[in-house]
Amino acid sequence: MIRVAWLILRKDLTVEVRSKEIVYTTLFFAVSCVLVFAFALVREGRGPEDGAAGILWIAVMFAGNLALGRTFERERQSETLRALLLAPASRPAVYVGKLLGILVLLFGAELLLVPLVALLFQARLLSHPFWLTAIMTTGTVGFAAVGTLFAAMLVRARSRDVMLPILLYPMTIPVMIGGVRGTVALLQSPPDTASVTMWIGLLVCMDVVFVTIALWTFEPLMTE
Amino acid sequence: MRKYFVPLAAVATAMFLYAPIMIAQAPYESTMGLVQKIFYYHAPSGMVMLVSAIVCGVASAIYLWRGTPAADRVAMAAAELTALFGLIVIVTGPLWARKAWGIWWDWEPRLTMSFVGWLISVSYLFVRKYAGPGSDKLGAALAIFGSVNVPFIYVSVNVWRTMHPKTTVVPSLQPGMRGPFWFSFLALLLLYLLLMTARVHLERQRTALDELYLAEEDAS
Repeated sequence: MIRVAWLILRKDLTVEVRSKEIVYTTLFFAVSCVLVFAFALVREGRGPEDGAAGILWIAVMFAGNLALGRTFERERQSETLRALLLAPASRPAVYVGKLLGILVLLFGAELLLVPLVALLFQARLLSHPFWLTAIMTTGTVGFAAVGTLFAAMLVRARSRDVMLPILLYPMTIPVMIGGVRGTVALLQSPPDTASVTMWIGLLVCMDVVFVTIALWTFEPLMTE
Repeated sequence: MRKYFVPLAAVATAMFLYAPIMIAQAPYESTMGLVQKIFYYHAPSGMVMLVSAIVCGVASAIYLWRGTPAADRVAMAAAELTALFGLIVIVTGPLWARKAWGIWWDWEPRLTMSFVGWLISVSYLFVRKYAGPGSDKLGAALAIFGSVNVPFIYVSVNVWRTMHPKTTVVPSLQPGMRGPFWFSFLALLLLYLLLMTARVHLERQRTALDELYLAEEDAS
């Protein structure tokens, strides 16, 4: 199963390295999203208090939504998703491979977003790299776990571009709350480590629940 | 269930007519006074909403793994009623909160999670209506995710210190209030069952009609 997931990840990365379409569009969108917030909210060089955490997560979720849509749109265009499902690979392995591809993309986007938000909103995001990495990782995994499942299901649906955010955002609000509150607690001086660990714990719980249900439902959902 | 529909509807009507009298006769709560009476409507609606969300999740799981069309109809009906009772809960809640807390709404865990649960039920209805072919399975997955939310809504008031009254309020009600509360709950639960029956029946008729249409088109 790990081998199949790795092969799917490698396939997705190879396609992406050759076209670079999703990487460029997602990064550009994420950056312009942060810039819109900066123009709207920053006054005299200072953003609203605790605003940086929220804006960082909004940018991640918006960019993630775009990346999820594009990734599966590409599989739809030449019916390659069907080929993938016809291959003698277990369905959960296909899901894990796709999820890893999305995660690589989103972590790449975050590497750019975190310094950008830190710079534009004068937030001390980079002073605790370990905790920040933990929050970003757990939050992103939760978001992507639900997102990959829904985006894969929507491949055959009508008006899927509208449906993805409509399904994804209500479902991932708890992840969003955990990520934002954890980041806000980290930005305080000195950082509120008790709250940070509490929110990371909650995010890990959500990740486990979401990934489990996704692995469990992917098989019956992807059977025609 | 359909055989008993009319007699049960009569019982429900009688209960809904008698409930205001019972609630009016219940003792006043010492600090909140008259405002507390909305509790007989708000809390049972919330309980019915959670029951409905679980029914929807279980029916969806059955549909996803067994493919039973009846389970899909139950899930569809339960999702609509979750949205309906959820709407009652988030409208009556703020009416009470304005008097009891002095604010309409607060983003504390119980309220947030209930609101999220209601949003998920509404997004389920969107999927069923607009996503076209395959929306039945899509909705089923969404409902399974949504029903995971239910235990969180229930325990949220006990785990975090929140403004919302805890779940222990119900067993600790004073005797004069306990009667009307459970009476209201039974009345709303009966209403829920009746609406479920009617909605599932409607969906079954609709499927039958579609099949007749297709048969007619094939014949001609």
